[in-house]
Amino acid sequence: MSAPVTNSEKTAPITIQRGAPGEEPWMETYDVPWRPGMSVLDAIVWVRTHADSSVAFRYSCVSANACKECMVAVNGKTVYACTERLSEDGSEVGPLKNKTLIRDLVTDIVPPKENLRTILAERAKG
Amino acid sequence: MIHLETDVLVVGAGGAGMYAAIAAARNGADVILADKSLISRGGATIMAQMTTAAALGDEEPDSWEKHYEDTLEAGRGLCNEELSAILCREAIDRIREMDDWKVGWARKDGNITGVMAPGHSVPRCVYVDFLNTGPAVAKCLRTQVARADSVMRVSGLAINDVVVENGAVTGAVGWNLEDETPVTIAANAVIIAAGGLTRLYQRNSASVNMNGDGYAMALRAGADLIDMEFPQFFPIGHLAPRLVGMDPIMWDPFRYKLGGRLFNAEGEEFLHKYGGEDAEKYTTTRDIISYGITKEHEAGLTTENGGVHLSFQHIPEEKLREAFGPVIDKLAANGIDLTKDTVEVAPIAHYHMGGIRVNGQMETSITGLYGAGEVVGGANGANRLSGNAIPEAFVFGERAGRFAAEYARGRNRVWSDAAAQEHLDLLNTLIGRQSDGSGDKAALGEMWFELQNLMWEKVGVLRTGDKLAAALTRIREMRVTLADMVPADDAEFNMTLQDWYDLRSALLTAESVTLAAINRTESRGAHQREDFEEMDPAQVHNQRLRLGDDGEVLSDYLPVAKGVAA
Ligand SMILES: Cc1cc2nc3c(=O)[nH]c(=O)nc-3n(C[C@H](O)[C@H](O)[C@H](O)COP(=O)(O)OP(=O)(O)OC[C@H]3O[C@@H](n4cnc5c(N)ncnc54)[C@H](O)[C@@H]3O)c2cc1C
Ligand code: FES
Repeated sequence: MSAPVTNSEKTAPITIQRGAPGEEPWMETYDVPWRPGMSVLDAIVWVRTHADSSVAFRYSCVSANACKECMVAVNGKTVYACTERLSEDGSEVGPLKNKTLIRDLVTDIVPPKENLRTILAERAKG
Repeated sequence: MIHLETDVLVVGAGGAGMYAAIAAARNGADVILADKSLISRGGATIMAQMTTAAALGDEEPDSWEKHYEDTLEAGRGLCNEELSAILCREAIDRIREMDDWKVGWARKDGNITGVMAPGHSVPRCVYVDFLNTGPAVAKCLRTQVARADSVMRVSGLAINDVVVENGAVTGAVGWNLEDETPVTIAANAVIIAAGGLTRLYQRNSASVNMNGDGYAMALRAGADLIDMEFPQFFPIGHLAPRLVGMDPIMWDPFRYKLGGRLFNAEGEEFLHKYGGEDAEKYTTTRDIISYGITKEHEAGLTTENGGVHLSFQHIPEEKLREAFGPVIDKLAANGIDLTKDTVEVAPIAHYHMGGIRVNGQMETSITGLYGAGEVVGGANGANRLSGNAIPEAFVFGERAGRFAAEYARGRNRVWSDAAAQEHLDLLNTLIGRQSDGSGDKAALGEMWFELQNLMWEKVGVLRTGDKLAAALTRIREMRVTLADMVPADDAEFNMTLQDWYDLRSALLTAESVTLAAINRTESRGAHQREDFEEMDPAQVHNQRLRLGDDGEVLSDYLPVAKGVAA
């Protein structure tokens, strides 16, 4: 579903780690309209829709917890962004630590046999 | 830049794309299967919750002809009979083939078991428990694709444009998301299996990748679309309370198995007012329930959130558990106890009946260009029966793969950089456009937001000529605005570049839906006009949409395709 539309004044801060490999990562905090029960993914989608569309984040199914693409670290714990609730006091979101960083919240979770660069490198080896 | 070559390129790796890749490979073709998300995960297939219709006849007598009659009945006179017949006949083969591949269809007394669903005359909707049909079929097909040696699977490869030269496909242009590298692919045949368009609507059950790429790609390649006025609204999409970890379509399977009752905000059942049936009978078709809830809303009879109540309060806890075991625990984690609480539901954009115009071999009017899955129009007419979309993906995928392979294998590759140049130039321009940092950082996000609201408010469940005309004007303006917008200059996983291409597709697709909806001055199936409330016997025709030379979408009428080839 799309970003929640809300009239409430209440917001919650979400702090997102930004940056690509080779860059010093930095943190950016956004105040997101808060709705009871909202997920971390709802908040990231709100940021991409209304504050900064360049935040890199991988997800497909939005809320169904079917695609399993949305894994991130929230306050240091590995979770699915679409099932983790946003804390009213603020959540800090970063990329998975045990995967190669691509940019911002996106890490390399593509199976090597489906990754174009890896496929081409294998082919070049013959 | 990266250049690849293959016999058959499949765009999109959902149920249709994966089946197409398997079929093309077993018919002797080399295949590239590309998905802008991850193979098998990016679209609707993995999200599908429950049923797949097929007239197996294992439990009680059934036949593909009966399934076909039910499909035509639901389609309100607009089905392409050949496509509907293919769907119903071959659904049986595909379901059995996947059974051989151990997908895990639920069984009773050794037989694959089916449930009843609205509009079906026989319980023929097979499934994998619990609410696991989509994940199970996605996994099963993923395994089969991985076994096919001649299929190269690529995740994170977005296809933007099909390249056509002298009326025939020569390949495609796209980009590798991870590092923003342009990719050209020489291919004798291209199968568009890029899924649906429901992300165009504010309330939707879509994945982010269901933004209409396939329709727009086909239009730009010169192919025809039909029946674009018919996005389907699923009547009882979850509305409140906020539920995580489940998709909003989840209440359908509950109703199949357990009935459930709908009440308006006054606590009254209301479906009978609109020609449906109340109480626990889940017989009323989707178009009527969506219409009824929207009408109740207009009459001020919905909840604060704008929905109606769905209740299973009368069903004992043991029965709920027996039917949905672990799902009951997930609901508890969301604070919902169905023996005590109702949930609020309301219509939600869910599926698209219209799409690329193909013949029985899944060929478009462009030589070498095929379509498969939800992106194809015609089989379901003005209204789809539940359970018909997953078999549509399998059946049309298998056929597209088979016929594309027959056409493409052993054929000389025709590729000229010149024909691909305009597509590459656009991509390189977008990559090279540098923002000065002063602009709105969320301009592309806001455009998505505006489009989704516009489509929901003006091209949604209940339509009027005035609202549709206003939407069309605005969509055309937005297309002009988009052309000058600047993606961020990130080289890795550039989501704003993806937003730009997604919006390009979404706007062209939205224009097609809106124009077709303006022209259909009657109410039929999923297309409901408040200014033309009746079905008009003079409008039993399909609309064809094409791209004009100046980039505007054009439409004309075609007689409904009748008759079933042997
Ligand atoms: C939540 C939900 C529940 C459903 N439940 C049922 C059900 O119970 N029964 C039923 O019959 N139907 C159901 N449907 C409908 C059915 O799931 C779909 O119609 C069907 O799965 C479509 O399959 P597909 O392969 O055509 O498309 P999809 O499965 O959507 O796959 C399309 C793929 O194309 C990719 N793609 C898109 N654009 C590009 C591009 N430019 N380049 C590369 N790749 C691209 C996407 O990432 C995606 O992976 C449901 C749909 C939803 C959303
Ligand atoms: S978005 Fe698909 S699992 Fe979270």
